[in-house]
Amino acid sequence: MEVLKIATAGSVDDGKSTLIGRLLYDTKSLTDDKLEAIEKSSKKKGYDYLDFSLATDGLVAEREQGITIDVAHIYFSTATRSYIIADTPGHVEYTRNMVTGASTSQVAIILIDARHGVIEQTYRHFFINNLLRIKSVIVAVNKMDLVNFSEERYNEIKADFEKLVEKSDYEDQNITYIPVSALKGDNVVEKSDAMPWFSGQTLLEYLEKLDTVNIYNRGKMRFPVQYVIRPKTEEFHDFRGYAGKVYGGDINVGDEVVVLPSETKTKVKEIYFNDKKYQSAARRSSISVTLENNVNVSRGDMIVKANELPRIEKAFTAKVCWMCSKSLSVGSKYVLQHGVNKVLAKVSEIHHKIETDFSGVDTQISSLQINDIASVSFQLNKPIFLDAFKEHRTNGAFILIDPQTNNTSGVGFIE
Amino acid sequence: MTEKLLINALENEAIYIFREVAAQFEKPVLLFSGGKDSITLVRLAQKAFYPAKIPFPLMHIDTGHNFPETIAFRDKLVKELGLELIVRNVQDSIDQGKVKEESGRYSSRNVLQTTTLLDAIEEFKFDACIGGARRDEEKARAKERIFSVRDDFGQWDEKNQRPELFDMLNGQIQLGQNVRVFPISNWTELDVWTYIENENLEIPSIYFAHKRETFLRDGLIWSASEYVYKDEEEEVKERMVRFRTVGDMSCTAAVDSYAATIREVVAEIRDSSISERGARIDDKRSEAAMEKRKQQGYF
Repeated sequence: MEVLKIATAGSVDDGKSTLIGRLLYDTKSLTDDKLEAIEKSSKKKGYDYLDFSLATDGLVAEREQGITIDVAHIYFSTATRSYIIADTPGHVEYTRNMVTGASTSQVAIILIDARHGVIEQTYRHFFINNLLRIKSVIVAVNKMDLVNFSEERYNEIKADFEKLVEKSDYEDQNITYIPVSALKGDNVVEKSDAMPWFSGQTLLEYLEKLDTVNIYNRGKMRFPVQYVIRPKTEEFHDFRGYAGKVYGGDINVGDEVVVLPSETKTKVKEIYFNDKKYQSAARRSSISVTLENNVNVSRGDMIVKANELPRIEKAFTAKVCWMCSKSLSVGSKYVLQHGVNKVLAKVSEIHHKIETDFSGVDTQISSLQINDIASVSFQLNKPIFLDAFKEHRTNGAFILIDPQTNNTSGVGFIE
Repeated sequence: MTEKLLINALENEAIYIFREVAAQFEKPVLLFSGGKDSITLVRLAQKAFYPAKIPFPLMHIDTGHNFPETIAFRDKLVKELGLELIVRNVQDSIDQGKVKEESGRYSSRNVLQTTTLLDAIEEFKFDACIGGARRDEEKARAKERIFSVRDDFGQWDEKNQRPELFDMLNGQIQLGQNVRVFPISNWTELDVWTYIENENLEIPSIYFAHKRETFLRDGLIWSASEYVYKDEEEEVKERMVRFRTVGDMSCTAAVDSYAATIREVVAEIRDSSISERGARIDDKRSEAAMEKRKQQGYF
C-alpha cells in the first residue's frame, strides 16, 4: 500500500491539532477508547465540544502548556492509502522541527486562521515548504465558521497568499486552496453545506486523488552503498552484494555504471530483493546488487549510471538550517553526513543569513544561531558525490554532526 | 527472473534501517519478545542481509510470567532459523535484590524488566538495541525517533532528541550511551498483521481464538493464572478469547474473539474499535504511564 507523508504547519491557535483530530474522527480512525479519553478530557476542561487537539498532543509537558512542542507522528488510513502526518509546531523558535517534519513529507498543509489572514508566520511556513521543495502544498483557510463562511474573506486571503507565491522560485510546486472549519467539520472530509460557493475538493478528497507517482521529485539514479553483504557460505562463497536504497530513478540489470570514488566502470549483474532476483528496481527500493567486475566497493561509495555522473567536490556552498544551541562560525568543524557517507567538514565562509519571511538577506552575521538559515561554504577532507538540492532532494542534502556531542546540529541543502 | 520489483514502502524503509544498524554499530542486538512485532522484525532482518545470516543475536528479557505458548514458539523459531538467542531473567534481578517484586491487585513484573534489560546491555556491551515499538501504539511513542539515544542509565530525554532529517540516521554516540532502534516505527498494527498474512509468518497460538480460564476486572478480560493476582469474589469463567499483544500474563488482557486464522484476525482488527494498547493493563495506570516508564529506561 502507498504511504503518503504530510507535514502540517500553523501558528499557535490556528487549530492544527483540531484539524488533525477532525481528519481522524471523520475517517473513523479514532478508536472507542481514544474517543472516550477525549470526551473525558474535554468535559474536565469544561468544553461543550470535543477537543480533538487532545488526540495528538502527546507529552506531559505539552498537555500542561496546551501546545505542541515536538514532531509527533499520527497515522490513519483509508481504502485508498495510508497517511502519516508529521505534526510540527508553528512557533518562530521551532524552525528546526518544521524543517525536520517537512524533510520526510511529500505534502504540506499550511493553516491560516480566517480571522487573521496571511501573517508573518504564514510567510515562514511557506518559506520552509519551499526550501524543502515540497511538491504539493495545501493552504487550508481554517475557522471559516468564525467569519460567517464568507467567500469574500476567503478570496482576500487567497489573493494575499498568491502574492507570496510570486516570491517563490519553485515553479513545479502545486498549491491548492481550501476553506475549512476543522471544529465543525466543513470541507475536511465532508463537503460544507455552509459554503456552497466553494466548488473545489475537500481536504481528504484532494489527498485521496493525489497521484503518488508524481508527488516525488525525480532525479538521476543514485545508489549509495550502505553495507556489503558477504555471506562466506559454501553456496555463496564469492558473493559480494552491495546493499542500499535506490534514489531518484530506476536501476536495471545490465546498466553501465560507475563506482565512486574509484570511478571504476562496470555493469549491474544482478538485483536482489531478499532471495529473489529482479530485472529492474525503482527508486526507494532497498535492494542489493552484484557487479560484473570484481570492484572494491565499501560503505559510503556510490554507484551511478555511466552517463549521469554527479558533481564530485571537496568544497561547496549550501543553505544551512541550524538546529543546535551551540552556534556555527567560520572555522567550526563537523562530521558531515551525506546520505550514508561521512566526511570531515570545516566552515570556510558564512555568506549571509536568509530571512525566512522572504524579506531578503542579512550580510552582517558572523555566526549561526539555532533556527537560523544561512548560506554557508564548506571545505571537506575528502570529495563527496553530490547534486544540487534543486535537482535531487536526497543527494543534495546533508546533516552536520557536532564531533563533541555527536548531536545532529544542522541540515544543509546544496546549492 | 521476475521483471520489475514492486515495493512496499514500509518494508523497504525497515530494511534500510536494519542495514544502517549493522553498518553503524559494533554490537547490535534484536530485542525479541516472541510477539508479532518482534517476529516481523526477524523477517525483515532476514531480508535485509540475505544471503548472509542476520549479523546480530536476539535477546529476550524473560519476566518468568510469559505465556508458555510464547516461550515454546520463541525456542522453535530460533532453532529453525539458526539464530543466536540470549535470555536474561527478571527472576535473577529479583534474587539479586536489585528489584522488588510487586504485590497486590495490579502487581506485574512489567516495570521490573527495565533493570534486567539495562544490566544485560552493560554485560554484553550492546551499543544498539533493536525493538519493535511503533509510533501508533501510544501517544509518547509518537514522538520517538528511529535512532533513539539513551544515556548511561537507559533514560530517554524526550525534550532533547536528535532531529531525523530525510532518511539520514545519526548513530554516533559517546561511550556508555546506547541507541534504541525502531525499524517499524511507521507501521500501524494493521500494517503488521497484513505483513504477517502476506509473508505467511508463523505466530504464537495465543494470537488466535482459544478457550481460556478468565475473569473480568475493570471491563477487561484477565487470564486466570498463578502469576495473576485475583480477589476471591472475582469469578473465573471459560471464555473464547485471543490476545492482541503478548506481554506478561499479568499485564495483558484478552479480547473476546472467534478469529481462528490470520485472515480472520486482520478482518477483526480492521473493524475493531478498541486500540491495541487499550488491552494493556500497564498503560491504564495513568494517562502519562508510558512516558514515565520511558524516561526511566523502559523499552
